[in-house]
Amino acid sequence: MQVETFYYDNRIVKNFAFATILWGAVGMLVGLLAAVQMYLPAANLGLPITTFGRVRPLHTNAVIFAFVGNGIFMGVYYSLQRLCKTSMFSKTLSAVHFWGWQLIIVAAAVTLLAGYTTGKEYAELEWPIDIAITLIWVVFGVNMFGTILQRREKHLYVAIWFFIATWITVAMLHIVNSFEMPVSLFKSYSWYAGVQDALVQWWYGHNAVAFFLTTPYLGIMYYFLPKAANRPVYSYRLSIIHFWALIFIYIWAGPHHLLYTALPDWAQSLGVVFSIMLIAPSWGGMLNGLFTLRGAWDKVREEPVLKFMVVAITCYGMATFEGPLLSLKSVNAISHFSDWTIAHVHVGALGWNGFLTFGILYWLIPKLYQTNLYSKKLASTHFWIGTVGIVLYAIPMYWAGFTQAMMWKQFTPEGTLAFQFLETVTHIIPLYIVRSVGGLLYLVGVFIMVYNIVKTVKAGSLVAEEAVQAAPLSDDTVVHGKEYWHKWIERRPVQMLVFSFVLVAIGGLLELIPTFLIKSNIPTIAAVKPYTPLELQGRDLYIANGCYVCHSQMIRPFRDEVARYGEYSKAGEFVYDHPFQWGSKRTGPDLARIGNKYPDSWHYNHMLEPQSMSPGSIMPTYAWMLDNPIDTASTPAKIRAMQKLGVPYPEGYDRVANEDLMKQAAGIRAKLEADKIKTPANREIIAMIAYLQRLGTDIKAAPATASVQ
Amino acid sequence: MKFIHYLEKVSGIDIYGMTSFFIFFSLFLVMFWWAMKADEKLIDEVKNIPLKP
Repeated sequence: MQVETFYYDNRIVKNFAFATILWGAVGMLVGLLAAVQMYLPAANLGLPITTFGRVRPLHTNAVIFAFVGNGIFMGVYYSLQRLCKTSMFSKTLSAVHFWGWQLIIVAAAVTLLAGYTTGKEYAELEWPIDIAITLIWVVFGVNMFGTILQRREKHLYVAIWFFIATWITVAMLHIVNSFEMPVSLFKSYSWYAGVQDALVQWWYGHNAVAFFLTTPYLGIMYYFLPKAANRPVYSYRLSIIHFWALIFIYIWAGPHHLLYTALPDWAQSLGVVFSIMLIAPSWGGMLNGLFTLRGAWDKVREEPVLKFMVVAITCYGMATFEGPLLSLKSVNAISHFSDWTIAHVHVGALGWNGFLTFGILYWLIPKLYQTNLYSKKLASTHFWIGTVGIVLYAIPMYWAGFTQAMMWKQFTPEGTLAFQFLETVTHIIPLYIVRSVGGLLYLVGVFIMVYNIVKTVKAGSLVAEEAVQAAPLSDDTVVHGKEYWHKWIERRPVQMLVFSFVLVAIGGLLELIPTFLIKSNIPTIAAVKPYTPLELQGRDLYIANGCYVCHSQMIRPFRDEVARYGEYSKAGEFVYDHPFQWGSKRTGPDLARIGNKYPDSWHYNHMLEPQSMSPGSIMPTYAWMLDNPIDTASTPAKIRAMQKLGVPYPEGYDRVANEDLMKQAAGIRAKLEADKIKTPANREIIAMIAYLQRLGTDIKAAPATASVQ
Repeated sequence: MKFIHYLEKVSGIDIYGMTSFFIFFSLFLVMFWWAMKADEKLIDEVKNIPLKP
């Protein structure tokens, strides 16, 4: 048969590789700043844009979507061309994909720091950026499928299955979770409210970990590990079972992020059962990776690329063992809201994603530049510094999480809480300091890699177009034994796409639909009323400043939480919360029932200087709220958007909402004045106080009339 | 209002549990069966794809 000559596009791979390194360094640097802010409130610099509530979402978005995102594309663009024996479908689409994604990252960084956020973790970007992400994702999909369809290799290697499942599932998750009602160009409200918003969000949040941080990287592992070790994967049969079991089970496990919350019990149980089952495919994948190196461990000793990969796969194994463990309700009761979660995700992020990326970069860059790595010794140094960094990061966080959770739950013999919340925070500050040292070491390792790669690149020259020869795909099939039906999928990418989609959609639908359809899931509470316009403005400030990053609004039905915060939270209390603000971490205390606990003046002084009210507090100042005026011009649009979402404000209320707003603000101003604090009524702090004083008071205010239906 | 025995409160909820278990388990069995029965030569051919240039 006539052999065809074609070219692999290495330039696009190089671009994504460099973007991975750049955003990785930036994202980790921002993470380090956030880590320091945890024990040094002055590091918040007193500016809105450098305060923890904005820095932390920037860190998570940067490392997930910019660092790992570009890492995925680097791996896909390199491996897909070679696994399909073809060049990419369209160079133009490749370029649009690359530059579009980088523009999205820049837009994300700017808007997040400026306080434009939806307030939903890992989905914080506002609606215009959400649309841009969708479009670029489609470009990526068209380019990927175009490439697969023009392939010269009959079989679809398992890595491609993972890429296909990733593409379709991320598209589904992003679209479903990003339904929002625009208020203005950069402000929107989540389509869903309260419990439903929480369920959709954590169905998304969990599967962002599954289908953005895990499945594409497993695909990459299945390609680059055999390449680097120069031997095929240990068991291809196992990889098939691994793939189908993993994508099917993963999609169900989201509710384990909401155990003991006001989420219906059946949904929680569903999440737990599937989380436990997940251990089987996860460990199947890990063992498949590690066994691939059987008989090659002597190479691991000398080859930094393999060292990185071994630790990455081991960390994947640890994180996926711990995940099911954390989804057991008894363990979750301790781990949730504490630093244990932070330790868990960083074993995954620093170990699995970070180290696999570094391993691939050390292998890939010399190949692209037709040279040898500048220094294996430096790469080994990076490996050891990075490993020590991970250990110094993870152990203090496990320790901190466990200690703090135990302190939260401790009672004195007399039956009162043994520790104030603040005492549990100051107790673990030394561990926060050690954690930041771990993070610093990890980052130093990255800079060593940057130096090593710059030197490598300078020594070689880029093979932008790599010439290859292969025969075109012929129609005559070689039959191996019996032809099994699986070839119907295994050789046909479109069927693969459809089947993957059906699987993840079944999981998603069966998980979400009952909560939306069945009324009894969210018992209504008559005393719960919509927010007043001033409270709504305050709530938007709460979201814009990322208060949810440190404060939960979800009291779980535990003795200690009820004793500390008040009556546990009910599903019906959140029906007007677009978006929900349950939070996932308690760096500060829960705020679900903060309303009327302290006088207005306490909040005023606390926002100005938290340490003046709570000595030793690590909360940053929000002094600018004392000066910034409330954006009353936005009130009517906000009321109208809420009405469209079903919040029962009276008809035409948008026209008079600001009058009510000013009336309520004047009341708070007067109360502050009585406590010798003089401030104009139209300041952001007034709206913030109004919101905080409302929280959790609905069912407190009218206990006799609060009828639960 | 207590947040226990929620499972019973949703009418026909058992169908969700049963459906999901059935779909997963039958798919798993089929995949397992296929993976075990697949021809050795085919498996060898596919698993070596990444090692080609």
